[in-house]
Amino acid sequence: MNYVIIGNSVAAVGAIRGIRKIDATGHITVLSRENHVAYGRPLISYLLGGTVTEKRMPYLPEDFYRKNQVNLLLGAEVVAVESGASRVKLASGETIPYDKLLVATGGDPFVPPIEGMNGKEKVFTFTTWDDAAKLKGLAYDIDKVVVIGGGLIGLKAAEGLSQLDKQVTIVELADRILSAAFDRTAGRIVAKKMKANGIEVLTEDTVVRIDGEGSEITGVTLKSGEFIACDTVVVAIGVRPAAGFLKGSGVEVNRGVVVDDRMETSVAGIFSAGDVAEARDFFSGGKNPMPIWPDAYIQGDVAGISMAGGQKDYQGGLAMNSIELFKVPTISMGITNPELGERYQVLTYQNPEKYEYRKIVLENDLLVGVVMVGNVDRAGIFAGIIRDKVAVAPFKEHLLAPDFGFVHLPKEIRSSLFAPQGKAA
Amino acid sequence: MKRIYSIEDACIGCHLCEVACITEHSRSKDPVRAFLHEAVRPISRCTVEEWEGGVVSLSTNCRHCDEPDCLRACISGAIQKDEAGVVRMDVEQCIGCWSCVMACPYGAVQRNLKAKKANKCDLCPDRENPACVDACPNRALVYKEGSQK
Ligand SMILES: Cc1cc2nc3c(=O)[nH]c(=O)nc-3n(C[C@H](O)[C@H](O)[C@H](O)COP(=O)(O)OP(=O)(O)OC[C@H]3O[C@@H](n4cnc5c(N)ncnc54)[C@H](O)[C@@H]3O)c2cc1C
Ligand code: SF4
Ligand code: SF4
Repeated sequence: MNYVIIGNSVAAVGAIRGIRKIDATGHITVLSRENHVAYGRPLISYLLGGTVTEKRMPYLPEDFYRKNQVNLLLGAEVVAVESGASRVKLASGETIPYDKLLVATGGDPFVPPIEGMNGKEKVFTFTTWDDAAKLKGLAYDIDKVVVIGGGLIGLKAAEGLSQLDKQVTIVELADRILSAAFDRTAGRIVAKKMKANGIEVLTEDTVVRIDGEGSEITGVTLKSGEFIACDTVVVAIGVRPAAGFLKGSGVEVNRGVVVDDRMETSVAGIFSAGDVAEARDFFSGGKNPMPIWPDAYIQGDVAGISMAGGQKDYQGGLAMNSIELFKVPTISMGITNPELGERYQVLTYQNPEKYEYRKIVLENDLLVGVVMVGNVDRAGIFAGIIRDKVAVAPFKEHLLAPDFGFVHLPKEIRSSLFAPQGKAA
Repeated sequence: MKRIYSIEDACIGCHLCEVACITEHSRSKDPVRAFLHEAVRPISRCTVEEWEGGVVSLSTNCRHCDEPDCLRACISGAIQKDEAGVVRMDVEQCIGCWSCVMACPYGAVQRNLKAKKANKCDLCPDRENPACVDACPNRALVYKEGSQK
């Protein structure tokens, strides 16, 4: 069997391990546009800010590719998938045949046309190791930065730059930062902390023009008319599935590459996983992209097993984020911004002085969402309760307790998780 | 592989397993020095939970999962499963992002805030039996072959 994987990040790693669980000898070729071994993409802001070194960037033990007999081709960009002939075409013109193909190409940063942007030197995106290295290399020449977009990537870029003592302003179109993961209260707490650390956060506004002369930036003009002086702009509006090369392949692409519960696309033999894919949602059953690291790994695992002929079904994507900004840890999972009305019940606890907040979202007798700010210990217990659809009625009044744990759950659950008796034990 | 199991009805809530774990993972391997004098006191990898002042108590610990959620969530690659099946964390590689804390459904990863590192059970590589198991005065912890469950 000849497996070809496009992309060399976490979804690809999950897939390599998935394939090797079943097929110890098949050929695996990994094609990557980037010139690095797999690395912790979320670590690029730590690299920028100087809290991790280059040495810590590789995601895997050095012998991973060799041990798993992977033929890794770096600097190899795929420009087309010829599904009829079962081969992919590289930018170099070379073609590579496959029996099973995995598209694990993640996302590309989205950069909208902005007046005045063309020809400016210090306009950056922030999604790769090279992006971080470039920014860091030019840091001596940067004083004031405007970050467009207050999502995870924008905030992480802002934090890294601020750790380098740069003055940073974030401009966010929505009424709060991190609106995808956070609810209003958590967003406000984190924004307060960012401001306390000298970062300016402007909401419900956007950049309409980049001002300057020649290749130099002097500032940006906002929709509100305000002018902000700066010498550098980071565009962090969002990422789009990196699926352009699938044009003409027959693979269905919606907001991402559409896959079934085995991670197979609309074309038999072609699979997809990670940020580029659009798979089933845990709650709604509908399909949507789930651009988070753990889910990319899990989808990769399912895809790898399926490609090798094994059987494993995807359990549905469950959004979860652990984001620490300026030493305030936050963890959110599931439905964090429920619609108002009868359908959901919301329980909250708050202590703004200590940057502490906890929110529990229930739908009938099931836990469907959690937001934790400050004390995030043992948050995963909630993830387990959501995934296993444990009825919460017997312990509902304890869900907000800071030491919530297994003692609050029914004894049968505790025993099934920790006790020695049972069939296999 | 061998795993640690917990017998709730035998647990007396004394927390000696936690003391043994902290001691085993300290520099000095001496409880008095570990608790009093070491700059960063280790955090116990097992967690004794109590209810209503000890009417119910049990020591919860890592299952060394066959498909570890902590490993899948870890963005730095600090968590790897070794050939024997033990799920290990390289604290040097850990960046303290708490993704593993978010993902582990057993609540088995702890945050060491002083060190800004996560830590988890390593089954005590230098010992025959894990320290917690040996320390339990009422044999509420057993170390034996079994599944993750
Ligand atoms: C700054 C930042 C911080 C983040 N923080 C977090 C976090 O804290 N928690 C979290 O869960 N997620 C975080 N994320 C998101 C996380 O990084 C992604 O969910 C994850 O990397 C997705 O993995 P993937 O394997 O699907 O694709 P990617 O990691 O995007 O990798 C895809 C690879 O495919 C390559 N590729 C694309 N097209 C081609 C082609 N045509 N030919 C060859 N190769 C190609 C790309 O160059 C890339 O190397 C963060 C992302 C960023 C940018
Ligand atoms: S830390 Fe949690 S998820 Fe990881 S192996 Fe242990 S029990 Fe499993
Ligand atoms: S806290 Fe450390 S071990 Fe846990 S996910 Fe983050 S880097 Fe990995």
